Amino acid sequence: MNTSLTARMPYPVMAFIPTLNRRQQTLLLMAMAAVVVGVMIAAGILLDNDRIATHFDQRNLAPSWNHLFGTDWLGRDMFTRTAKGLTVSIGIGMIASLASVVIAMILGLASATLGKTVDSAVSWLVDLFLGVPHLVALILIAFVMGGGAKGVIVGVACTHWPSLTRLIRAEVLQIRFSEYVHVSKHMGRSRVFIAVRHVMPHLAPQFLVGILLLFPHAILHEASITFLGFGLSPHQPAIGVILSESMKYLATGMWWLAFFPGLSLLVIVRSMDIIGDHLRQLTDPHSAHE
Amino acid sequence: MVLETGQERSLMMIRLERVTWLTGKALRIMTLLFALCVISFVLLSYSPIDPVQAYVGADMMRVSSQQREQISEYWGLNKPPLERFVRWGRALIHGDLGVSMIFRSPVRDVIKDRFAASLALMAAAWFFSGIIGFVMGVTAGMNQGRWLDRILKWYCLTLASTPTFWLGLLLVMVFSVWLGWFPVGLGVPAGQLSEDVTIWNRVNHLILPALTLSIIGVANIALHTRQKLIDVLKSDYILFARAKGKHGVQLLWQHGLRNIMLPAITLQFASFSELFGGSVLAEQVFSYPGLGNATVQAGLRGDLPLLLGIVLFSALFVFSGNLMADLIYLVVDPRITEATTL
Amino acid sequence: MNNNKRVPIHKMHCADVPKGARHAVPHYISGWAFMMKGYDMLSIIDLSISFTQYRTGLRQKTMAAVSNLNLSVAAGEILALVGSSGSGKSLLAHAILGILPSNATMTGALVFKGEPLTPERQRALRGRDMALIPQTVNSLDPLMRAGAQVRTSVRNGKGRAVQKNMFERFGLTSRDARRYPFQLSGGMARRVLVSSALASGARLIIADEPTPGLHHQVAQETLTQLRELADQGCAVMLITHDMGTALGVADQIAVLYAGTVVEICPSSDFKDQGHLLRHPYSRALWRALPENEFHPISGSQPLQDYLPSGCLFEPRCEAGTSLCKNERPELRELRSGKVRCVHAS
Repeated sequence: MNTSLTARMPYPVMAFIPTLNRRQQTLLLMAMAAVVVGVMIAAGILLDNDRIATHFDQRNLAPSWNHLFGTDWLGRDMFTRTAKGLTVSIGIGMIASLASVVIAMILGLASATLGKTVDSAVSWLVDLFLGVPHLVALILIAFVMGGGAKGVIVGVACTHWPSLTRLIRAEVLQIRFSEYVHVSKHMGRSRVFIAVRHVMPHLAPQFLVGILLLFPHAILHEASITFLGFGLSPHQPAIGVILSESMKYLATGMWWLAFFPGLSLLVIVRSMDIIGDHLRQLTDPHSAHE
Repeated sequence: MVLETGQERSLMMIRLERVTWLTGKALRIMTLLFALCVISFVLLSYSPIDPVQAYVGADMMRVSSQQREQISEYWGLNKPPLERFVRWGRALIHGDLGVSMIFRSPVRDVIKDRFAASLALMAAAWFFSGIIGFVMGVTAGMNQGRWLDRILKWYCLTLASTPTFWLGLLLVMVFSVWLGWFPVGLGVPAGQLSEDVTIWNRVNHLILPALTLSIIGVANIALHTRQKLIDVLKSDYILFARAKGKHGVQLLWQHGLRNIMLPAITLQFASFSELFGGSVLAEQVFSYPGLGNATVQAGLRGDLPLLLGIVLFSALFVFSGNLMADLIYLVVDPRITEATTL
Repeated sequence: MNNNKRVPIHKMHCADVPKGARHAVPHYISGWAFMMKGYDMLSIIDLSISFTQYRTGLRQKTMAAVSNLNLSVAAGEILALVGSSGSGKSLLAHAILGILPSNATMTGALVFKGEPLTPERQRALRGRDMALIPQTVNSLDPLMRAGAQVRTSVRNGKGRAVQKNMFERFGLTSRDARRYPFQLSGGMARRVLVSSALASGARLIIADEPTPGLHHQVAQETLTQLRELADQGCAVMLITHDMGTALGVADQIAVLYAGTVVEICPSSDFKDQGHLLRHPYSRALWRALPENEFHPISGSQPLQDYLPSGCLFEPRCEAGTSLCKNERPELRELRSGKVRCVHAS
């Protein structure tokens, strides 16, 4: 009676590559997702700006080979607009999530290492920020900063750090009070040694994974706040702006104005999510051996 | 927490603990709200938007500086910030949140009316996404690793990355514009007198926004429930139950469900924050006259009293959700309720 | 312990026709007639269990947790499986019941009551004819009352009646039946686990480390219950690392080292200076006990992924030769036991 390992292949494509094990499949998926994102960004940077100038002779065209996503009421090519918009969103998302992660790291480390009062203060601050719905806080901050890219970046940065801070705090506390650090300290190792050899190896992947997982959220929220009208000006073709403008043309049946930009946003956010999630699976010791 | 017989806590001690816990919570929300008040007020007083301009609107050109002074005086905008804060704070304690500039009526009334509409929307989405999400999560968790699980997981992860407002737009395009089954937006049919509005009218306008919110909500709940079920299935007691010959639905029913019910319900109540945020977007797409819509209006047009009021109200809303989650644990978890003698 | 206590085949309570393993099992084992005095409830033939794990980078490695394990448990007797931690004891219990983790590969054969134990049969017999007394008290569902948990194991007869009966036998009150696991002391929880296994009416009981951390009195109680069970005709496999308790109650002892059985013998062989013992490891174990010389041997059990190619015990053995280094010895019959050593006599 033999029971053998079942082939763990997550996607039908993998049936053609049976020799890869789970870890190799993960890397392959990550690479594919990265390619998707890369292509989008490249398109956004490299495509001709002329295509988003107004061409009144090419207005309201449905999708075709010439205009992959169709054109809008001003004759602008939707594909180029979308690509450029996504690039802007990704750029803003990146800056905002980086800022968020830095704040989270500092506050998380501080609350786990600097004593009870700092810990209580940071926890209280986390509760404060988590007590208001994300979008409401974003609206408030964007309003206060007067809108624009600046407002969006600060808003997203200020609303995404709390959950990551909690995570980092929990991780650092766990490490601090684990037995091997205790033993290390008693063996006479300096604090720097412990910080570098024991704490950093745990935190570094968390940091990376934190950024990668925060990213999709940041982009989605940025698009949301821009859609509502608080973000970038209508002249900068951010995805949110594109979608909010397309709302006016819903009844006219120009479905491509909303469908493709949103779909592209979905694909990008999903790809980043895949990359982040699989990276976490690879580096997290609990799931690394599945 | 293994209690030896003879060490049971007395009823008195339990009551004392509960009272302490409740007071702690009350204190917490008070300090939180107070801090929010201060922070929001400070932020808003530094905002670049001129409240007088926001109030007057396009007629700004025709308003003389003297009239502007009068308006400022009326709203109390020309006093120093601290005095303004104290005045506002005092009014707040008496339940007066000020008057909304956009709607020309007390903020309290605006919030009350708008929240009623939003509540219907959020409640519908909450129930549907909760039930369907739970069922999906349990199904995926029980079939972990197999095709059903993979499909459900992919579906939910994709949904979780979907912008709420884009989904709303898609639904409008398909069901309102193309198929014509549902109205395009608003809360009641346009041009209809309020006496003639029926429940069916309201429900009709509610369906698409609620559907939008539900579809997105299902994803998160299903994923979390699935993860919790997978964690439960790895436990020692499930292994022992399997050793006793239990499997499949019987295993789930006897041991699995009990242990994920509590976390699932807690999750539901903790999702009030996401729900509110989602409703802001959904209401914008469908022009649904709810609280979310009001928030956006207040933000875009600089209606400070309304914005402040909504910020505080939403914080209270989220807090009540979390409080209910904690209360449920207190009431339902036998590890807490049974800590007395039998 | 007492060979006279073995229940004759015609007095068995089993519904199956007791064919006896000698008919179903390959010929080369049937020579061990001494084992067939009782009726072999469970036979494990050449069992190997391995796991795959990831090395650094992307490659996977296989770790053999159990290799070529052979053993039998007869009805009416207690077989104690003795070995240090990491020798694969709990894994064996899970393999018999068919609840190994999904990344485990198993090869070999299991025979239960004369029929091969296929996964389908395992699924059917788990909890009915084969019961486990688990190691940890966490095996009780934290949100289910103790009585209810025992009632779910009852297969024949009315749940409440059987559960009440069991609890009375183990000194648990009806109040205890209504308690949740967190309200039970360690000893009470263990008694609930044992009654859960017995309530099923199973004929093969696998007790996985039932005594560690228990008060001496409670431990004795548990062992007495196991003895009673065996005397009623059940086959009991007692898995433990505590040699002392094993010797007190078991009929046969199987010594486990690095995932394989190195010796199977009657427990009466463990006496004096252990001269009746066959394998050097069993002798070393016996001598290491505090009651005896309290003298350990150097070295430690090899890790699962660094098993020696020849005899597993050879690196620590005083009598090792080049023959031991090259070939892994087979389990052979010697006097009234079995041993896996080339030099045993």
